[in-house]
Amino acid sequence: MTPANGTPPPGTFDELVSRPARWLSGDGPHAALVLSTRIRLARNLRNVPFSHRARDEQLQGVMLNVTGAAERSKVFDHALLLRMSELSPLERQVLVERHLVSHELGDGARPRGIVVAPDEKVSLMINEEDHLRLQAMAPGFQLAEAWAVADAADDELDQSLDFAFSEEIGYLTACPTNAGTGLRASVLIHLPALVLLDEIQKVLKSVMQVGLNVRGPYGEHSEFMGNQFQISNQTTLGRSERDSIESLERVARQIIETEERARERMLRDARVQVEDKVWRAYGTLRYCRSIPVKEVINLCSAVRLGVALGMPGLCPLHVVNELQVLTQPAHLQRSYGGELTPAERNVYRARLVREQLAAAEHESGTAV
Amino acid sequence: MLCQICGKNPATVHFTEIHDNKMSEIHVCEKCAEEKGLHASVKKQKFDIADLLAGMVDGMTTTEEERVGHVQCPRCGLPYSGFKETGRLGCAECYTAFQFQLRPLLRRIHGDTRHKGKRPTGDGEGVSRSRQIQRMHDELQRAVEREEFERAATLRDEIRRLEAEGRSERTAAEKQP
Repeated sequence: MTPANGTPPPGTFDELVSRPARWLSGDGPHAALVLSTRIRLARNLRNVPFSHRARDEQLQGVMLNVTGAAERSKVFDHALLLRMSELSPLERQVLVERHLVSHELGDGARPRGIVVAPDEKVSLMINEEDHLRLQAMAPGFQLAEAWAVADAADDELDQSLDFAFSEEIGYLTACPTNAGTGLRASVLIHLPALVLLDEIQKVLKSVMQVGLNVRGPYGEHSEFMGNQFQISNQTTLGRSERDSIESLERVARQIIETEERARERMLRDARVQVEDKVWRAYGTLRYCRSIPVKEVINLCSAVRLGVALGMPGLCPLHVVNELQVLTQPAHLQRSYGGELTPAERNVYRARLVREQLAAAEHESGTAV
Repeated sequence: MLCQICGKNPATVHFTEIHDNKMSEIHVCEKCAEEKGLHASVKKQKFDIADLLAGMVDGMTTTEEERVGHVQCPRCGLPYSGFKETGRLGCAECYTAFQFQLRPLLRRIHGDTRHKGKRPTGDGEGVSRSRQIQRMHDELQRAVEREEFERAATLRDEIRRLEAEGRSERTAAEKQP
């Protein structure tokens, strides 16, 4: 597969992270509400203890086996392999912020790594909690498409790897909460109107009642921020992948509609107040001189809402999406080229945000 | 909203927890989150599964609990009590070694104990080709729904090619003595 943007596949860590992550592109169906879609499959090799009980040399064996299988597959042809041990803590954190690597894999002490397909549609985490965590990421609301990518990659790897599987329980995973399909399908949805109108608790409660899980934007047990909610399937046993994905899709569609109706209502009843909130947020981002990351994320939420509502003069969606990742501590320090104290980070972050927005204004020829 | 533990500071850390197979939310302040080891960056989260396990053991008498705890996986040597502590099994064989303990646990987590879903192909090209064809049929349907007719035509041709390939391989295999 060739990358959609025509640029050559990243051959090094620097090349990979120098371009914005594909899932931030702001493209895809319902991109104004759904930031991204993710499908994760957990797999283990039959004859090796699970990662936390395996010796380092066994984990090295897993790395060899999995990277070998990836090399033989079409999906991971010309893929980039990064060994966690060869990256600095800051570089590993960059990958965590980019959602390519989990916090656990980001620890980096043991033989662990990731394989990233040239188009970044699919990647593999090796020796995380499970030997293999295959993940397909897509911008916007694309569950069926992301599943097709993950399913195909899994089939290809399955040709050369002996996965731990039992007829009764399915794919066997280190934690029994993932046993069965090993599937975690999730969508990251932006719900500012439901939050503003104080209807979010009701919506989230009903989501949980139908057996889905709600988390913050940064995965398991992360804080809710920027009015973003990650909704995913909770169970993996007794339902096929397709069933799980379809029921997530149905519920997500309902949430999207509820949010859209809330936005319409909000605009009808309080257009000026909404516009004021959006432009004040934009103004703060555009002219701030010191800003913590949480504030960036919350202000970006308001700007994102304005962009989604079609307010003229704001920046494109991908700029808001990218700011959310570029202003995280590791990205920020990498861009600065050295370590920064939290106070220095706030100053540098403000500069970066101003520059990004100025560049977007310049590009689109809009003046505020 | 105030912290649910100290009731003084504002709750800035929010968790979703599984208990008795029900989701519940916890809202706490940073300080209490760190003290209780709830902070994601401070400590890895194991308490959800640990809670489930604790709930299961509650109904057991001490002798039962001891007996169950001493069951050991013959392959990796993990005792059941080790699983109880970490919420992680040691190897694929643990699922067989602890099957009597795990079955009710899996039922509580998932509401079911039988896998329904994809399985490893494991038996070569024929199986993977038919799955590929199936997947392309699904993709074709989606392309038609979206009126992406050019893509649909490409998919249709590719499906025909794969089907023909499968037929000719089967014929060749039948002709072999």
